[in-house]
Amino acid sequence: MHQLGVGVPLTALAQHTVSGDRAHVKPTNIGAPDYFHKVVDCQWACPAHTPVPEYIRLIAAGHYSDAYMINWRSNVFPGILGRVCDRPCEPACRRGRVDKEPVAICRLKRVCADLKDDIQDRLPRAPEKKNGKRIACVGAGPASLTVARDLAVLGYQITVFDSGASPGGMMRSQIPKFRLPDDVIDEECGYIINLGVETRYNHWVGSLRELVEGDWDAVFVGTGAPRGRDADIPGRKEAAAHIQIGIDWLANVAFGHTTKIAKRVIVLGGGNTAMDCCRSARRLGGEDVKVVVRSGFEEMKASPWEKEEAIHEGIPILNMLVPKEFVHDNGRLTGVLFEKVRAEYDAKGRRSLIPTGEPDVLMECDEVLVAIGQENAFPWIEKDIGLEFDKWGMPVLNQETLQSTLPKVFFGGDAALGPKNIITAAAQGHAAAISIDLFCRGKSLQQRPPPMVNLASQKMGIHEWSYDNQVSEEERKKVPVKALEKTLKDIKLELELGFDPFMACAEAERCLNCDIETVFTVKTCIECDACVDICPTECITFTSNGEEEDLRGRLKAPAKILDQALYVSDVLKTGRVMVKDENICLHCGMCAERCPTGAWDMQKFFLQCAEAGTEARRT
Amino acid sequence: MTYLAKPKLLRADAPRNTLGYTRRDYEGAISTLCAGCGHDSISAAVVQACFDLDIEPHRVAKLSGIGCSSKTPDYFLGASHGFNTTHGRMPSVLTGAALANRDLTYMGISGDGDSASIGIGQFAHAMRRGVNMTYIVENNGVYGLTKGQFSATADKGSKSKRGVVNNDTPIDLVALALQLGASYVARSFSGDKEQLIPLIKGALRHRGPAFIDVISPCVTFNNHAGSTKSYDYVREHNDAVNRLDFILPRDQINTSYAPGSLRRIVQHDGSVLLLRKLDKDYDPSDRVGAMNHLQERHALGEIVTGLLYVDTSAEDLHRHLNTVEKPLNQLGDAYLCPGSKALEALNASLR
Repeated sequence: MHQLGVGVPLTALAQHTVSGDRAHVKPTNIGAPDYFHKVVDCQWACPAHTPVPEYIRLIAAGHYSDAYMINWRSNVFPGILGRVCDRPCEPACRRGRVDKEPVAICRLKRVCADLKDDIQDRLPRAPEKKNGKRIACVGAGPASLTVARDLAVLGYQITVFDSGASPGGMMRSQIPKFRLPDDVIDEECGYIINLGVETRYNHWVGSLRELVEGDWDAVFVGTGAPRGRDADIPGRKEAAAHIQIGIDWLANVAFGHTTKIAKRVIVLGGGNTAMDCCRSARRLGGEDVKVVVRSGFEEMKASPWEKEEAIHEGIPILNMLVPKEFVHDNGRLTGVLFEKVRAEYDAKGRRSLIPTGEPDVLMECDEVLVAIGQENAFPWIEKDIGLEFDKWGMPVLNQETLQSTLPKVFFGGDAALGPKNIITAAAQGHAAAISIDLFCRGKSLQQRPPPMVNLASQKMGIHEWSYDNQVSEEERKKVPVKALEKTLKDIKLELELGFDPFMACAEAERCLNCDIETVFTVKTCIECDACVDICPTECITFTSNGEEEDLRGRLKAPAKILDQALYVSDVLKTGRVMVKDENICLHCGMCAERCPTGAWDMQKFFLQCAEAGTEARRT
Repeated sequence: MTYLAKPKLLRADAPRNTLGYTRRDYEGAISTLCAGCGHDSISAAVVQACFDLDIEPHRVAKLSGIGCSSKTPDYFLGASHGFNTTHGRMPSVLTGAALANRDLTYMGISGDGDSASIGIGQFAHAMRRGVNMTYIVENNGVYGLTKGQFSATADKGSKSKRGVVNNDTPIDLVALALQLGASYVARSFSGDKEQLIPLIKGALRHRGPAFIDVISPCVTFNNHAGSTKSYDYVREHNDAVNRLDFILPRDQINTSYAPGSLRRIVQHDGSVLLLRKLDKDYDPSDRVGAMNHLQERHALGEIVTGLLYVDTSAEDLHRHLNTVEKPLNQLGDAYLCPGSKALEALNASLR
């Protein structure tokens, strides 16, 4: 225990601490953009770094169009992502650490898309006079369209090639309409195409060489991961008529080529594609639809909410079963034979599935959908044009610039670093657009423009802030859905209704405003402890400095989550430092309201990633 | 000062005491005192002490008088019994409550105005009668509610916010408490919870009148240069005689110090006061020595803090008066009011 402040002159105390032998944590540099960015966990977790709390506040205020435009700027497809995003932000949400569930960030995004006014006049326009550079985008999915949007407004002439009849790529072909209706895709892809982007639909690009050697200044490849993995087990060939690859089947359903399925269906696989398959099958006449997965329920790749929805629709998910054989009667599928397994983990945490030795299970069915993974395929890229592939068949890329070994060819989306999700594709589209712009202007691709960052006090009066700092104690709102009987009959009928304005406001109020940062000024602090006493989550401590591990343990509430930063001040008058554990700060501003000298202030941190065309900082 | 209630959201790993309560369960309403008021730190120290001692909030009675300090019982132990008396009359109301029900833990919260001016007589008699209570004075040297006039504890020569010099001799409540027979006497500082919390714990578990004078800077009217009750002045002139570790009977003592540097005092309930000496000659069992030390240091402009005096063998008011052990509310009507015949017999016996 230290005895600071006890009968020793202040100056001596300060010297003692500074000259102490122990290693000390250096004062936090809050001027580095990453520091506060990381505190905004949702924004940090979003691949496109969407300023989440900012748009959520706008939704609470009813400014839906403004909220939409913040999203549109960062993630390009707010209406689409508000329905089908993988939501890396939600597991990161601070609310989830102090409450049962995180803020429904994804569905709030849909709210701003649903309730916005006509935003056409807010969209940027492409300049009349082009800059003379021609860019080919292969594929009309989210990555390509993002590149097209970012570059078209700079005066580039963009041409998008796609084998389909309309833009959207896998957003259109893979995601069932009851989750993502066509009109949403049409609208948001339309905003981009209307920027004067030339489209060549129904055009299968058969040769990259032609593009590279053609009259293009740069080529962007956003062709996705188009090949579904197959289950190569006995009976596959014989019963082929009744076994389909999940993503191909979904595309056929999406475009109306497939309208029926047998009554008894087994879906193999545990990812989101499997969930889409089983739910689609339920809607096309499947009565006994089940999902069978090799792994345990928790380890399944599907998002928890997608699993929940499948279960809600009466689809059982059966785990720890490895398909062994397609059982058939002269080519007529009768069932699938499964081996029961259990999971074992080695010292490195790698899993292996060990047969339990129990008898195999035969599940009867009439049709099987195989949704056990997706692969990249580049049959149209010639092997001798200087574009290198690695041993997994993926293009060799600079991870930051997304440039391939052929300088004028760039990749993005699932085609770049393997299958991920739409939001990652959009983020990579932005990065590739920056690279292509730098490349076309003959600049170094490494000199990348920095994000726009702002930090400004939100104080309006003695107890008034520009944000609503009262922390909502309401529970997460469930999105209302249409009656199941109705939606199971019509595969095109969107299941979710979306939040109404009142629910949206209540849900938006649950956001803790993590972008309103607590900023501490050493020289005005009188060490009265008011902030320590009022903090609802006890995240502020005044103590002697020390090594980080030691310091974390000595806080009023020990800071056990190591990837959450400690905000450490410079040395105070008594020789102590202020230490704040960012982990569970509610950003309620009570410390700042209680501070008699204004040593604490609530300041809004706003970070927007650079877009193509932004100049890099001169160094 | 804030108008918002503290959000109820809790960290998942918020510590719980053996009763299953979190610290938050010992809080009260949101404070309406000025931002930075030392009194709020004292409230926080009371919360922590009661949490650590596994005190059931409904077994505590907190009483106070009038003033900034006397508002604070609203800001801690929201689930306890509370009573705001008239100005300076907390000690007598508390004495009455304690006589009626000795099973509760009594906490009297007062200020320098409430106890050293209008209520000084009440204060003196509660101490000398040996009421079993924890008497905390939140001492800021000014009348905050009436805009900062000097109170009776303001040091001679100290300056008001407007530069007026105080010419009156201060009342030292600690010296008075020692002289009047308090059996647990301490002084502390609102800005030093590491010292204050164990002192409150020791007082709550002490039998007899426990008095703690807590210097608590008034940020609005008495935190300037020239004040002797400002954060800076108290920090610079704080002369602690010892550091207390309070240890419950169930807890293990696992601190080790050089021989002679530690003093171990066992209270009547088995709780242990471990005193680490900072002044090696100071003896907290010597009432007269304590009074002398206090005067000497005060003459040098220093503020003596720590556990200044403790007598664990002291008896309290109930023992002196030989009162009934059961709380009056459990005795039943027939016992409490035995009727006119019993009264006549009693009167006859006194004739």
